[in-house]
Amino acid sequence: MKLTRHLTGVVIASTCLCAPALAQTKLTMWYHGAGNEVESRILNQIISDFNTSQSDWTVTIESFPEKSYNDSVAAAALAGNLPDILDVDGPVMPNWAWAGYLQPLPIDESEFADFLPGTKGVWDGKLYSVGLWDAAVALFARQSTLDGLGLRTPTLDKPWSREEFMAALDAAKASGKYEFALDLGMNDQAEWYSYAFSPFLQSFGGDIVDRSTYKTAEGALNGEAAQAFGKWWQSLFTGGYAPGTSEDPADQQTGFIGGKFAFQWNGNWRAVATMEAVDDVVFLPAPDFGAGNKIGAGSWQFGVSAKSKHPEGAAEFIKFAAQDKYLAAFSDGIGLIPPTPSAAQMTKNYKDGGPLAAFFDLSKAQALVRPVTPGYVVQAKVFTKALADIANGADVADTLDAAVDEIDADIESNGGYGHR
Amino acid sequence: MAVNPDNYGLRLFVRYLVLCLIALIFIFPLVFMINSSFKPDSQLLADTSSLRAFLPVGDISLNNYFGAFRRAPVGLFVLNSVLVTGVTVLLSLLICSLAAFSFAFLRWKGRDVLLSIVIATLIIPFETIAIPLLLLVSKLPWIGLDGLHWGWLNSYRVQIIPWVADGLTIFLFVQYFKGLPGELIEASRVEGASWWQVYYRLVMPLSGPVLATAAILKFLVMYNQYLWPLIVVQQESYRPVMVGLGYFFQLNVAWGEVMAYLTLITVPVLVFYLLLQRAFIASIASTGVKG
Repeated sequence: MKLTRHLTGVVIASTCLCAPALAQTKLTMWYHGAGNEVESRILNQIISDFNTSQSDWTVTIESFPEKSYNDSVAAAALAGNLPDILDVDGPVMPNWAWAGYLQPLPIDESEFADFLPGTKGVWDGKLYSVGLWDAAVALFARQSTLDGLGLRTPTLDKPWSREEFMAALDAAKASGKYEFALDLGMNDQAEWYSYAFSPFLQSFGGDIVDRSTYKTAEGALNGEAAQAFGKWWQSLFTGGYAPGTSEDPADQQTGFIGGKFAFQWNGNWRAVATMEAVDDVVFLPAPDFGAGNKIGAGSWQFGVSAKSKHPEGAAEFIKFAAQDKYLAAFSDGIGLIPPTPSAAQMTKNYKDGGPLAAFFDLSKAQALVRPVTPGYVVQAKVFTKALADIANGADVADTLDAAVDEIDADIESNGGYGHR
Repeated sequence: MAVNPDNYGLRLFVRYLVLCLIALIFIFPLVFMINSSFKPDSQLLADTSSLRAFLPVGDISLNNYFGAFRRAPVGLFVLNSVLVTGVTVLLSLLICSLAAFSFAFLRWKGRDVLLSIVIATLIIPFETIAIPLLLLVSKLPWIGLDGLHWGWLNSYRVQIIPWVADGLTIFLFVQYFKGLPGELIEASRVEGASWWQVYYRLVMPLSGPVLATAAILKFLVMYNQYLWPLIVVQQESYRPVMVGLGYFFQLNVAWGEVMAYLTLITVPVLVFYLLLQRAFIASIASTGVKG
């Protein structure tokens, strides 16, 4: 009898002790970084820390290759198989929110008040996603090149004007030292064109779509400013300043470093490797073509799937992951921009005086998120085709008009994408 | 007219020279891939503008292979692909040859109409039925060791069963079976053989070339599967090699590791082809079918 009581006591005590572990609700998370060892290591550490930091939730991750991630998510949404936490590319977020893949974050936006604008995914006035880093594009150059060609070093306060930029390209071309003056990465006809080149259009005063209504591209993509942009864009190729759409894919990795180009329009994900190879590399702000100097913003972010039965748990994880120490760890690991000034100060590259601090300032001062509309996924493709066609010699006005027609038709066929 | 031995030799030489040049066009990409898999990225990219790209020169090492195995579970992906492909090929040969046997030798109502419908499916691109098929398999039941499940996603069966029967393989078998001497079949039947005995004792032993052709064509289709596993498999443990290739395309592409991975996943294809090469060529020669 005594033994029975002992055993009963042991069983009850064990049950009570195990209860917190048993009570942990499983949350699933999908991530776009399969194959990226550094990202996986940091993210797995965050998940491990989260799982041991509390007793309510346990997160498990499934990583996907980035190139096919969006297709996998779209298919899973159709099959009703979405996880709790979704990783979403910033400019795609409005489409996923509109399509019903995501639900608004059950987190007060004030929690992310000091985050860079590009790291917050807002659609229809609601916060849907938050990023642990941002990306920025800059004009890579050598200080020795600037000095050798007698060029002024542009700053955020005083960037190059269009005339100064073209004079710099002319000087580089005339020097005969380079195969081309400028590397734009023209072979990459995925989303690079809209991310990297639409800020040029915006700096001319145009845009991919009319952001005041998001119901048409008329006037924005084929107006006077856009026509001027198109002619300038074409002149880069007819004038022999930059290679066209058949550019060698290796150029973005080796072209500037190897001295084939005087300048390179590239992202901060290439900055660390370039600094290692080029002693006097400088990262210059985008030129101002008349309507202010702009660069793209917005990278991968975390959101909560619309199908999640535990949005509060998913939100807990996202808040946990958005701690400065993790933002800094990601930045140190993959070289991208930390979203907060406090996290920036904890990093080796973005702290005051750090070698990439310029990118944080660029992102803060110049960044313009891509059109915040579900239609962006189509608009980006149309814009890419138009720019490639213009680079290949197509008539500027006709090409832009055709692009406007295609974008407007898509907006109409999707009932205006929910814009009121 | 007598053949001038000199002219004949010259013609032969020119013919072989042209054939060798054409062969080189097909071999060069493979040579580039294998050589590049041993080079560091900087050298690989620098060599692309010269003939060095096709030569194992410079800083040669196995580092890209080690890197590929660190970046992705290469062995798992190859195993998954070989498993899915192997099982599908075997089931396909059995099911499609049985169907073709029925179309070629048995007489039943609606046979010709059904065969026309089967052949007509050849013109339907898979992409057009991918979404309906996805919706279907995501709701199908399955009885496993642990009871009844709904939905086939994230499994081997979802990568195998929808691909077992296809119009092309059935058509290949039908065409080949129709070319077999009808007297043999009739004689067997007169001797008292059942249709099943005719199938596996007479027809199948005579069908080596078409079996090899169908197996190779099916193998290539299955081993190169990308879209279907991409949409029905979310778990890494079931991913095949082509989806795994995406692991290597990051913002900064490690091209050497890409080449190492491609070299590794090409090996099973080459081995399979070499095993069935003779029968495959014999089948092409006899049926005029091109892969």
